[in-house]
Amino acid sequence: MDIKHTDVLIVGAGPTGLSAALTLKKLGVAKVTVVDRELEAGGMPRLCHHIGFGIRDWHRIYSGPQYARQYVKKAIANGVDIHTSTTITGWTGENTLSFTSPNGLGEIEAKAILLATGCRERPRAARMIPGKRVQGVFTTGSLQRFVDEHHLPVGTRAVIVGAEIVSLSAFLTLKQAGIKIAAMTTELPRHQIYFPFSPIKWILVDLLERATVQTLTRVSRILGQKRVEAVELTHLDTGKTEITACDAVIFTGDWIPEHEVARAGGLAINKGTRGPQVDAQYRTSKRGVFAAGNLLRGVETADISALEGRQAAHCIHKFLQTQTWYGHKLPIEVEQPITWVYPNTISDAEGQPIKYLSFRVSEFRKNVSVKVYQSNKLLHTQTFRQLSPLQTVRLNGDWLTALNLEAEPIKLVITS
Amino acid sequence: MQNIYDVAIIGAGAVGSAIARELSRYQLTSVLIEAKPDVGMGTTKANTAIWHTGYDAKPGTLEAKLLHRSYELMKDYIPEAGIPMEPLGGLLVAWTEEQQQTLPSLLERAHTNGVTDVRIISADEVYQLEPNLNAGAWGGLFVPGESIICPFTIPLAFATQAVLNDVTLKLDFPVQKITLEADGTTLVQSSHDSLRCRYVINAAGLYSDEIDRQFGHSNFTVTPRRGELIVYDKFSRSLINHVILPVPTPTTKGVLISPTVYGNILLGPTAEDLEDKTNTATSEAGMRVLLEKGHAILPDLISEEVTATYAGLRAATEHKDYQIRAHSDQRYICVGGIRSTGVSAAMGIAEYVSGLLTDAGLTLTPKAEFKTVKMPYIGNAGIRPHQNAELIAENPDYGQIVCHCERVSKGEILAAIHSPIPARTIDGLRRRTRVLQGRCQGFNCQAAIVDILANETGQSPRQILALEDKNGH
Ligand SMILES: Cc1cc2nc3c(=O)[nH]c(=O)nc-3n(C[C@H](O)[C@H](O)[C@H](O)COP(=O)(O)OP(=O)(O)OC[C@H]3O[C@@H](n4cnc5c(N)ncnc54)[C@H](O)[C@@H]3O)c2cc1C
Ligand SMILES: Cc1cc2nc3c(=O)[nH]c(=O)nc-3n(C[C@H](O)[C@H](O)[C@H](O)COP(=O)(O)OP(=O)(O)OC[C@H]3O[C@@H](n4cnc5c(N)ncnc54)[C@H](O)[C@@H]3O)c2cc1C
Repeated sequence: MDIKHTDVLIVGAGPTGLSAALTLKKLGVAKVTVVDRELEAGGMPRLCHHIGFGIRDWHRIYSGPQYARQYVKKAIANGVDIHTSTTITGWTGENTLSFTSPNGLGEIEAKAILLATGCRERPRAARMIPGKRVQGVFTTGSLQRFVDEHHLPVGTRAVIVGAEIVSLSAFLTLKQAGIKIAAMTTELPRHQIYFPFSPIKWILVDLLERATVQTLTRVSRILGQKRVEAVELTHLDTGKTEITACDAVIFTGDWIPEHEVARAGGLAINKGTRGPQVDAQYRTSKRGVFAAGNLLRGVETADISALEGRQAAHCIHKFLQTQTWYGHKLPIEVEQPITWVYPNTISDAEGQPIKYLSFRVSEFRKNVSVKVYQSNKLLHTQTFRQLSPLQTVRLNGDWLTALNLEAEPIKLVITS
Repeated sequence: MQNIYDVAIIGAGAVGSAIARELSRYQLTSVLIEAKPDVGMGTTKANTAIWHTGYDAKPGTLEAKLLHRSYELMKDYIPEAGIPMEPLGGLLVAWTEEQQQTLPSLLERAHTNGVTDVRIISADEVYQLEPNLNAGAWGGLFVPGESIICPFTIPLAFATQAVLNDVTLKLDFPVQKITLEADGTTLVQSSHDSLRCRYVINAAGLYSDEIDRQFGHSNFTVTPRRGELIVYDKFSRSLINHVILPVPTPTTKGVLISPTVYGNILLGPTAEDLEDKTNTATSEAGMRVLLEKGHAILPDLISEEVTATYAGLRAATEHKDYQIRAHSDQRYICVGGIRSTGVSAAMGIAEYVSGLLTDAGLTLTPKAEFKTVKMPYIGNAGIRPHQNAELIAENPDYGQIVCHCERVSKGEILAAIHSPIPARTIDGLRRRTRVLQGRCQGFNCQAAIVDILANETGQSPRQILALEDKNGH
């Protein structure tokens, strides 16, 4: 079998992988190889035919496809090796991955590996919504491929399950395709559509006015014989049910890291994020293997993922030069209503490139403080006016450098 | 003048297709009639996919006899036709003292049924075989012969072989009326089509009672007994090594946990009598029961992602046995009430039915040549095309993965669209190649697959989707 060698192998040519590749080249790494299983490089943004990309990393506003092209172009111009239609199928050695492509099977051995395989949306089946297996059920991903990539019909009247930023993306796609929105539902007491910056905000608010967001509402059944004919909505506050007619249902915004390659390599997986466990330098539990982007915790905006890719590249570069690897030592644990945090482990007390931790909560909370403990020792306190579900919050990470690595795990708790 | 078939078989599920295959070795003209746009779209596609030994069948029944015979026939056929199968063995676990006490009688029953390798094992042995099971097992019964099998490939293999051996396959032909004519032929009609034959075999599954009434009989009524199931993510596969069976009750084999040949884990089925023969919907109550039972048996399973949920309908009747009867005067054979073992018993049933046809006066003379069939391999245990360097070198389409979750290549999709019984729908592709059956359920590849099918069949994607809306899956 054909074995290729490279300095850094990056799995996934989305914003995370490509910006990492670009940075590595700029740092002078000789050979950077990016593989992606799709026909084209660019990752998820390729499919989002609306604006709202690139604000934090390029300081410009692009549409998804423009943004993706920009990264691909820059990466190629800087000498990154990109291989599309190449699926990583498993591990054949500590730092060797196997792949399948139309050119045949092969293996790639690398001095360091970055996993940037993104995430996917939890489909209807995984949410166990009862009813027949009917046509007309989508995720945002399949919807956008239907509408923008393949120009296929999806229906005339849709219900969007979810009311967060990606639900809004589905909303825009449906609007552009001339499809009526029968309802947008969320099990939470409020919708969770926050706007990254104001110019878009006003367009979106205007659009939202025309859709009814049903809060505290769950889609409890899908009705229809062969195609969706309606959904049953259950109102969580009253327990009452109601039937809403529609011929398409879009399940949005419930994310699972695409962690197949990570799990196949036996990487430690964090219970909360469901992504690989990483320290503040994006190091996984396996020597020489790093992870960043949506693979770590589900969807964030593309620019945030790209900036993580950039940071990860610096960490990889440092590893290539020093060959130091400490290994995960101290887990960072969370207590309800905090659902996850990352980095979620600490390996060493060196200067950390991640200056903060990112966490999420499962319920709305006002005027609370988040406290970081090690045993009974309070390491850090930070107050927040408001915490909302599905919103990633930053916790200052200064305390990360002054730790006793041999002591008890770190714990994050919320107090009123 | 309309062509007169010697035999018409109604229903292209596992049973009807097996009969068509069996008859295709003889010098006959046969037609296999199916209401749906493809073979294997009825109960055969929605079950637990166990290749049963028949160890627990009621001794003396036709079901016990045919399961036993079928097991022998399938042993040769499975490798010949390349049907995905894994000989894992079944482990029946007793969770209470009461259940433990039934093990000796189950053992005796297995031996009576000719399944002689079954043995009782201790609780320690249970946990040696299955370390991840919940605590509290009293002991178990080990059934080495129970295996897992691909219920999608089975009817396709039978029907493909039948077609290769000159059986006519008529799809989209819902039989509505049957008339015995004075000239010794039978007229079989749908709303838009008709054909003539000498003998009719009724293998219409859930509707076998209705076809039977067309012949003036009222020997049985089919009550659809729904079984709901949950398919867990492939990451859960390593949790168990065998088919974990419960102690059966008089009404059901109970909820089992079984690996599938695709590398998932299946939890189910429930058992609930319904009235509507089309009600293959899952229910909130059904899912809840399964989660509870699954949690009690294999706690770690429940924390894995669910890949799919589905429901199948057993053709249960008021009788405790298959409803197979020859009405020689009408040149009619009823093969109904094949409840919960039909995938396993199909080959035995087919052989038995050919015997009944001889008794009813049909002469069966073997053909000079009986062509065999080799199906595309969609299982998890063997080598799939994307792992086959030689195949990819010959045809790069086998290295172009379209469905990432199930690693289905473009080459396999094209082959299925151009196979002897071509995939004409997305659902047809799903069963032939596994596209869209994985954890993302189409997030990545659904639209691409619609495009490929449209391109290859010279239809527009809109036509493909309209057909999907019409047929469901
Ligand atoms: C519907 C939707 C709308 C969005 N709207 C916006 C928006 O308006 N603005 C914004 O900033 N962000 C938006 N985002 C978020 C943005 O797309 C993501 O944050 C970004 O794509 C994450 O980048 P990534 O590189 O981590 O993952 P991805 O972009 O998902 O890239 C991962 C890549 O890995 C590849 N891969 C996975 N497994 C393998 C394997 N085994 N072998 C080879 N390759 C593999 C995949 O093919 C994929 O190309 C949206 C996301 C979605 C889904
Ligand atoms: C939940 C569940 C679990 C099971 N588990 C197992 C198992 O593990 N192992 C096992 O061996 N068996 C199992 N079974 C049983 C097995 O699935 C059935 O016994 C078997 O599929 C029956 O095959 P069939 O060909 O008789 O019926 P079907 O597959 O239903 O085929 C009948 C066909 O006839 C067609 N038809 C009906 N009416 C007409 C008409 N008027 N005109 C033309 N065509 C018509 C239908 O469209 C259908 O395709 C299970 C069943 C269920 C429901």
